[in-house]
Amino acid sequence: MSEGEMAALKEEVEEKKKMIATMRNKPWRMKRRLIMLKECQQFVEKFEGALGKGKGRRLYAFKVMMAKKWIKFKRDFENFKTACIPWERKIKEVESHFGSSVASYFIFLRWMYGLNLILFGFVFGLVVIPEVLMGLPYGTIPRKTVPRAEQARAMDFSVLFEFGGYCKYSVLFYGFYNDKRTIGLLQFRLPLSYLLVGIGIFGYSLMVVIRTMARNANEGGDGGEDGAFTFSWKMFTSWDYLIGNPETADNKYASITTSFKESIVDLKEQQKDENIHLRRFLRLLANLLILCTLAGSGYLIYFVVKRSQEFAEKDEEDLTWMEKNEVEFVMSLLGLACPPLFETIAELEDYHPRIALKWQLGRIFALFLGNLYTFLFALFDEVQAKLEREKDIKNATLWAYNEYYNNYTLHHNLTTDIPPPDIDPADVIRGPCWETGVGIEFVKLTVSDIQVSYLTILVGDFLRAVTVRFLNYCWCWDLEAGFPSYAEFDISGNVLGLIFNQGMICGKEKMYDVVIETIDRDLPDFMGTIFSYASNPGLIMPAVLLMVLAIYYLNAVSKAYQQANLDLKKKMQMARDEERNRRNNKASTNQVMKDLEDLLPNKDLIPPPEPEKPEEPPKDQAKGAKSPKVSGKAGSAANGKGVNVQKDVSLAAANPNGAVTSPPRARGANADRGPSPGPGRERSKKPRN
Amino acid sequence: MYNSYCAIHAMLTCIILSCPVCVCCSRRLHGRYHELAPHLVPMDYTRNPDVKVPLSLIVNMPELKENPFRNRIVEAFSEDGLGNLSFNDFVDMFSVLSETAPRELKAIYAFKIYDFNVDNFICKEDLEKTLNKLTKEELTQEEVDLVCGKTIEESDLDGDNKLSFADFENMISRAPEFLR
Repeated sequence: MSEGEMAALKEEVEEKKKMIATMRNKPWRMKRRLIMLKECQQFVEKFEGALGKGKGRRLYAFKVMMAKKWIKFKRDFENFKTACIPWERKIKEVESHFGSSVASYFIFLRWMYGLNLILFGFVFGLVVIPEVLMGLPYGTIPRKTVPRAEQARAMDFSVLFEFGGYCKYSVLFYGFYNDKRTIGLLQFRLPLSYLLVGIGIFGYSLMVVIRTMARNANEGGDGGEDGAFTFSWKMFTSWDYLIGNPETADNKYASITTSFKESIVDLKEQQKDENIHLRRFLRLLANLLILCTLAGSGYLIYFVVKRSQEFAEKDEEDLTWMEKNEVEFVMSLLGLACPPLFETIAELEDYHPRIALKWQLGRIFALFLGNLYTFLFALFDEVQAKLEREKDIKNATLWAYNEYYNNYTLHHNLTTDIPPPDIDPADVIRGPCWETGVGIEFVKLTVSDIQVSYLTILVGDFLRAVTVRFLNYCWCWDLEAGFPSYAEFDISGNVLGLIFNQGMICGKEKMYDVVIETIDRDLPDFMGTIFSYASNPGLIMPAVLLMVLAIYYLNAVSKAYQQANLDLKKKMQMARDEERNRRNNKASTNQVMKDLEDLLPNKDLIPPPEPEKPEEPPKDQAKGAKSPKVSGKAGSAANGKGVNVQKDVSLAAANPNGAVTSPPRARGANADRGPSPGPGRERSKKPRN
Repeated sequence: MYNSYCAIHAMLTCIILSCPVCVCCSRRLHGRYHELAPHLVPMDYTRNPDVKVPLSLIVNMPELKENPFRNRIVEAFSEDGLGNLSFNDFVDMFSVLSETAPRELKAIYAFKIYDFNVDNFICKEDLEKTLNKLTKEELTQEEVDLVCGKTIEESDLDGDNKLSFADFENMISRAPEFLR
């Protein structure tokens, strides 16, 4: 075989392989696909071996076999991965009962769970475990042991519940370390690992979020304008094909009908004229009210946190449960009561429902964010107080050390090589560690939030549903239709809640960042000016990370735009070709149109009823004349004349039925067929439902 | 019991569809197909029997029962246009309806489904039928006319007052919720 022939053969083999790979994208019938596939595979097998010669052949065959094995392995791995996805079955059930938007909430939840699991793995594996394995029995520095005074009460449940006692000093709360660079046998660099893990977690969560955002932006089309295809989309994409439950189906019908009615009303309203000034005034008023509410909630939190600091000064025994948990209680209550308040105020604004929803979500977001930051702010004061105390203790410790050394010198007449004071770690005095304090506060907040959520779900949804369903038999008005009725699944509210719980965890890590850096630089000196904090690498590194991630995101978005551009160009080209063909009255050269034609039902399979026989010939021509775009190729394919390998060629294929020259007559035949359907022939008149 | 035809078919399906339709899935599909008409569908496919399950049995499957377009869906995948599916068509239908099918393929079949009078265009009558099925005929005639008119106005690019495949594809490829 000559070089040229071999090259051509290789090219054909490649083409056949490509055909096999893209076969699932083609809109062919299964039979055609199977035939095609067998053909291609035989061709590839026959000629692939022939391409290699001598030693080259063996290597080539080996490569091919490895490629096949690799593909098989990948496929098996994909199957395995799909089977491993947790809760997939349950989510599909939820989807069929309640529709896909509710299920999307659970998919988001599952994703977050995975993310948190990974973060936990990082922290646990890289920080906690080395500490446990390789640190001294009670941690590397004396701070980590329970002070003797507290030891008596350390195991009490109430203290544990508040995360004091053993919990406080347990492995889970380590936020500090000594100035030794490495610990243990393996010389594990603990301080460095703290720092890196802290930054790593922060960066990782951001990166994952942005990567998912970019991927979704790509798939979701080019984010086209809202108003462009409203009715068309409603018509063609509103039905949820995964619904399998009759009740859900009824709900879906009702919601689709409502949505259409809404759009119609919208359309009519656009032509109406409204009093602009009144509207603007009302909207301004509503925004003012909401701002006041937000400010009020911020102040309330600040006030409560201050009070809790006063309580901390008092003795534990004197406080009631309410006073001890006031902060968390207040925050959860605010989160519960404010959103409905916002909704009522928003009635003033008279926005389109979707826009109103956006405003509502934005306000709830502002509320939660404000609450979180106020909380942090209030805690900072506490931190300052603790720092002051630390300084005192440090001075006291230094003084004690000096005393000890002096005494030792006095008694033993040595000035060098004095052994360090032999005090049991539990007795070493230490000041309060503010990181732990703040960490404890956050954990308590999260836990109380969870408790409140459980309670609300239990009472608000479950009890309510039970009451409504059973009381309905003996109540005056229809409980199910009017108040209180079943609670709706507030998707957007729940999603927001999820995000905020996540945010609280991340809030804690961020603080560790800043602090760890300062500790790294000079251990005893906690006092730094604001300036030194700002130029702190601990702050600069997250900033750089954020910028890198922003670049990544913008890059992904620009790729999506490029893809959209290419699509548009292809469409324009297709339209131009069609136009040209239509003008020249040739058969369509478009591959897609040809494929579509082949998919039309095979007329020969329909048994023609006896009296209608004379209409057969015009039927064929009528079909060919339906539109100039539709080629007569359908006839040949429908007769099962076999399948040609269709290459993407831009030559006009021969039109077996001849040029179409009689549109009007055929149309007439078509029209004749319309109003007077034959007994079994007119497919579209078959009874539905 | 599951003989060579099934195995070959499964393997080919697997390769073609490149989706997790492994041998067990294909068997399950065949099981479902058989369940629809046990007296009609043989367990043994070696002789390549030309068996078709009629429309009325297929639309009662739980996956399709609640779908307002179930009749059209089954008709769109049948070779004779009347809704009688052979096993190949059956597999075809589920593979396109699955989540892993590519967007273009779904667009093509969606066009076929909504084209009630099978003339390769979606005209006003097709739209009216679609709308009535979606809303269970709750809208008044005037509203129906308005909606259909707006739809054609929005999507018709070549100005022939009906939607060709190009118009449809252009519109649907931008829809955010299309994949289902």
